[in-house]
Amino acid sequence: MAEQQPVSTNGRAGGDDASNGVLEQLTDDQLRWIYQIMRRIRRFEETAEEAFRAAKMRGALHFYIGEEATATGVCAALDDGDFITSTHRGHGHCIAKGARMDKMMAELFGRTTGYCGGKGGSMHIADIELGNLGANGIVGAGIPIATGAALGSKLRKDGKVTVAFFGDGAGPTGAFHEGVNVAATMNLPAVFVCENNQYGMATHADFANAAPIHNRGPAYGIPSASIDGNDIFEVYATAREAIDRARRGEGPTLIESRTYRHKGHTVLDQKNYRTKEEIAEWVARDPIERFVRAVNESERLDEDDFRAIDGQIEREIEHAVAFAEASPWPTVDVIERDVYVE
Amino acid sequence: MAVTTPQAPAPDTATREIFMSEALREAIDEEMTRDPAVFVVGEEVGVWGGAYAVTQGLLEKWGPDRIVDTPIAEAAIAGLGIGAALTGSRPVAEFMYSDFMGIAMDQIVNQAAKNRYMFGGKAKLPLTYRAPFGAGTGNAAQHTQSLEAWFAHVPGLKVITASTPYDAKGLLKSAIREDNVVIMFEHKAIYAMRGHVPEGEYLVPIGVADVKREGDDVSVITYARQTHHALEAAEQLAAEGISVEVVDIRSLYPLDTDTILRSVRKTHRAVVLYEAVRFGGFGAEIASQIQELAFDDLDAPVLRVGAAHAPVPFSEPLEQASFPDTAQVVEAIRQSLQGLY
Ligand SMILES: Cc1ncc(C[n+]2csc(CCOP(=O)(O)OP(=O)(O)O)c2C)c(N)n1
Ligand SMILES: [Mg+2]
Repeated sequence: MAEQQPVSTNGRAGGDDASNGVLEQLTDDQLRWIYQIMRRIRRFEETAEEAFRAAKMRGALHFYIGEEATATGVCAALDDGDFITSTHRGHGHCIAKGARMDKMMAELFGRTTGYCGGKGGSMHIADIELGNLGANGIVGAGIPIATGAALGSKLRKDGKVTVAFFGDGAGPTGAFHEGVNVAATMNLPAVFVCENNQYGMATHADFANAAPIHNRGPAYGIPSASIDGNDIFEVYATAREAIDRARRGEGPTLIESRTYRHKGHTVLDQKNYRTKEEIAEWVARDPIERFVRAVNESERLDEDDFRAIDGQIEREIEHAVAFAEASPWPTVDVIERDVYVE
Repeated sequence: MAVTTPQAPAPDTATREIFMSEALREAIDEEMTRDPAVFVVGEEVGVWGGAYAVTQGLLEKWGPDRIVDTPIAEAAIAGLGIGAALTGSRPVAEFMYSDFMGIAMDQIVNQAAKNRYMFGGKAKLPLTYRAPFGAGTGNAAQHTQSLEAWFAHVPGLKVITASTPYDAKGLLKSAIREDNVVIMFEHKAIYAMRGHVPEGEYLVPIGVADVKREGDDVSVITYARQTHHALEAAEQLAAEGISVEVVDIRSLYPLDTDTILRSVRKTHRAVVLYEAVRFGGFGAEIASQIQELAFDDLDAPVLRVGAAHAPVPFSEPLEQASFPDTAQVVEAIRQSLQGLY
């Protein structure tokens, strides 16, 4: 759709599960990593939902289930030292950037052993050492921060790239415009990844955005792409190209990844703004199942590989919950600690 | 929340018990009926019905020309309110959380508040902003703040907040009828509190405090949800023979200094209670006015009870301890009384 589209989408011509040669470029280890990350995200959230329903945690939980391929495909193309900024729906970004599920679960449980010592909760997990500059409760706010991280990398010449993840709901924000425009004018090593899951709360992306978000690339003079966000191979290939381009000093790229959240806006959302048919259509395009089908067809990994990973993840999850539940609650003497560097 | 519902001023008409969110909805609905220039604008106010259900059902009743859903665009929402108000409408603009007003600060502070004055008193801005605030919900640092002092500090803005469904409805109706910019902060922990609200029409004037409980020994000056902590503290201490007066200011600007001073001149002791960060909070203004205007009447320093000097933490034990609860209010009242008993 975009007039200017140097980022290829690998000429997707094949069926739903065809990888258009991307699968063949990935090693078995990379395929295992992709499966592991996507399954971790899903199982982490299914488990968190159970804990929430059992009143073991509180606050707002935003599930990424159904969108796993976007975070996983993008982070698969990032180097360990690269940066991301994340959103309120951040568990997937966090896990894809390599976070530990036990420390994440403990954070959701509000315990001292959590990533933020219980001060952040689900909406505010950061792991700076892993390059995750933080989830964010303010829609759009991560975009200018990513631009800033990319500016820092350019000034320090550290060769790193920053990815800003944001939703379709951030498209209308002023922060989007300011952040992307500045990155484009300064030719910064940033990649802006819009996770268009069709809705921001009950508001459809097409209602909120006057024109498709990927159309804005030309307006900023940067490449943009609209991709099937439930096709991990397309996500990976597109992100790879954009990240490599940024690292070469050729500036930012805007990627709109079309996907869907299978669950409500938050764990408590039971509103009827989506039809059952629409949800079913997207569930049928589940990114994990599509990946498994494609890999099975290619005969690269076998059932044993998948089962071994599943088993390992179940053990990780069990450990994460046990760890969280056994961890101490923070004590009130820490309330005013870490407001400033002391 | 186990809160005792204070008596609303005895109305002539029959009363019912409704939620604060319903009381607010009635205020909007009645004003929309009364004046076709009134409309609602904000994020998720229509199809969703408002993040805290205040506008639930209004889209179905009034349609999309009067219940206007917007994209996520707080600066635009604030500005839509200004532009529409300047040109003859009477907007009620909602911020989903008061924390997000940070994004709209230029429109609110540099535009809405100053428009009339800068242009020599020419313009009128019949504009109401509504915003949920306050902690205790497990929503962490960016969805729980109490930022009312920021706005009370800006000439050109009026700032109100209610502790009961009765006050909420009457205040919001007054705000919508005002030809000035009024910001109504609604404490999200008491949206689901029930209270008496008469069937018939009434207004609660802006700028008039309400004595929610009379007493002789100490005055607690407070607002919004903390009013209930003050009332609980008063109830507990009554058992010990300590008589506490609770003044709910209801309006930060204009501030009903007379009612506050009348109370303090009677009790000679004042505890100022608010849920915002204690340092630099609105309670400092109240405390300062009391000591300036009633210094000779005081038998003890004016005390402030407020929140910790920190963003609101997520974890429940931390969050609950970060802002004032009834026990802290009791403690402060005792401190104020030290030397008397
Ligand atoms: C600035 C701001 N406005 C409003 C909100 C309330 N809010 C939280 S998530 C959300 C929807 C966001 O939609 P989108 O960006 O598409 O992300 P998704 O939830 O679909 O992942 C809204 C309106 C917020 N957190 N921040
Ligand atoms: Mg969305």
